[in-house]
Amino acid sequence: MLPLTLDHVEFSVNGRDIIRPITCEIQAGTRTMILGPNGAGKSVLMRLCHGLLQPTRGRVVWHKAVAAQRARDQAMVFQRPVMLRRSAIANVMYALKLAGMAPVECRLRAEDVLEAVGLASVAERPARVLSGGEQQRLALARAWALGPEVLFLDEPTANLDPNATRDIEQIIGAIHASGTKIIMSTHSLGQARRLGDEILFLSEGRLAERASVDLFFRQPQSPEAVSYLRGELP
Amino acid sequence: MNDLTQAMYAATRLIFSADALLVSIIALSLKVSFTAVLTAAIIGFPTGAFLAITRFPGRQMLIALLNALMGLPPVVVGLLIYLLLSRAGPLGEFGLLFTPTAMVIAQAVLITPIIAALSRQVIEDAWREYEEQLRSLGAGTLAAARTLLWDTRFALITVVLAGFGRAAAEVGAVMIVGGNIDGVTRVMTTAIALETSKGDLPLALGLGMVLVAIIIGVNLLAHGVKLTAQRFHG
Repeated sequence: MLPLTLDHVEFSVNGRDIIRPITCEIQAGTRTMILGPNGAGKSVLMRLCHGLLQPTRGRVVWHKAVAAQRARDQAMVFQRPVMLRRSAIANVMYALKLAGMAPVECRLRAEDVLEAVGLASVAERPARVLSGGEQQRLALARAWALGPEVLFLDEPTANLDPNATRDIEQIIGAIHASGTKIIMSTHSLGQARRLGDEILFLSEGRLAERASVDLFFRQPQSPEAVSYLRGELP
Repeated sequence: MNDLTQAMYAATRLIFSADALLVSIIALSLKVSFTAVLTAAIIGFPTGAFLAITRFPGRQMLIALLNALMGLPPVVVGLLIYLLLSRAGPLGEFGLLFTPTAMVIAQAVLITPIIAALSRQVIEDAWREYEEQLRSLGAGTLAAARTLLWDTRFALITVVLAGFGRAAAEVGAVMIVGGNIDGVTRVMTTAIALETSKGDLPLALGLGMVLVAIIIGVNLLAHGVKLTAQRFHG
């Protein structure tokens, strides 16, 4: 379904522009980091790509239109994980069942991903009593189980401590290694550097700069990126 | 004061001797009110869920109307059901007037708006938290409604209790459509009204004590279940 093309995508709410015209093409394979200060429009841009929001103007076009299969072809993990009031494994199975998988298969697949994210031992525990880090790992497992072609991650470690953050970053690496395209927003420079291949730098709803991670950190081109890199704590 | 003490004494004796008349009245009351609550829940929950997660013109009006219907005067409901069920009424051929079924209908009509309106509020609050995640997983309106009803199940217990309390305590509607026929449609509230006017204060007071005890007991039990379940599930 990739590449994903944004064609003059704009988004505004009550006359306030959140996303000013953005045109770009996102390719398969690389890990794309959407970087920028708070309020730059990172989350909104991801929701526009994922289809949770409709652009006010412009179009979001997937290479292969597969609207009906959307749930399985792309998935999203949010900043605050939304856990259903049931066991950890049932949370994963819920997503698989919605995607149309047979119940027996669901359980096997769910057990596999929980094992992969290190949650096999708490599979039967109610999801809502897990720690914040465990909940986010479960959210990743739920998305990963679907075997999506593209995974959106909206600041998945914003509420987590360093240890939990490390776990999450490892899992994201494994998901990418399994062949899933990663599109992730973050405001952490270190994380963007660790996880990213390319940077989309947003500033005030504009795509201020797009570059490989290496180039972006060595030689930022836009004044906004230069000042962001200077101002951000290490 | 002397009246009251005497009545209390006689009432306690009636209760502990498990007076047959008293028991039959209590049994009918419970049967009618539980059936009415069940019926109201079957209609009210889906209605509440539907109103909570769909958006259509006139929705706000409908919600306001539903909230207003929570305050329906029981005697007016009784009168309307009476007109519908009486021999000459549109549903007269079923011969339901002055039967327990008519009382169930009247109570169900009274409390369906309560259950629908309160569950709408509960489910809408949950929807705010779940919406993006469920839409991201590809849940349609029906799947989302079912998920939310299940996930708010503990809060919905309280909603059901509010309905049960109203049903068990009202007298106006069941008096009109049931007719307070001895051994057929006499329930606790109508018996209390009758015995009081006849001057049989012990029986009236005994029934009153049982009614209050049942309402408190049901609420305590449900509250306990809710607390335990919530502690377990988070």
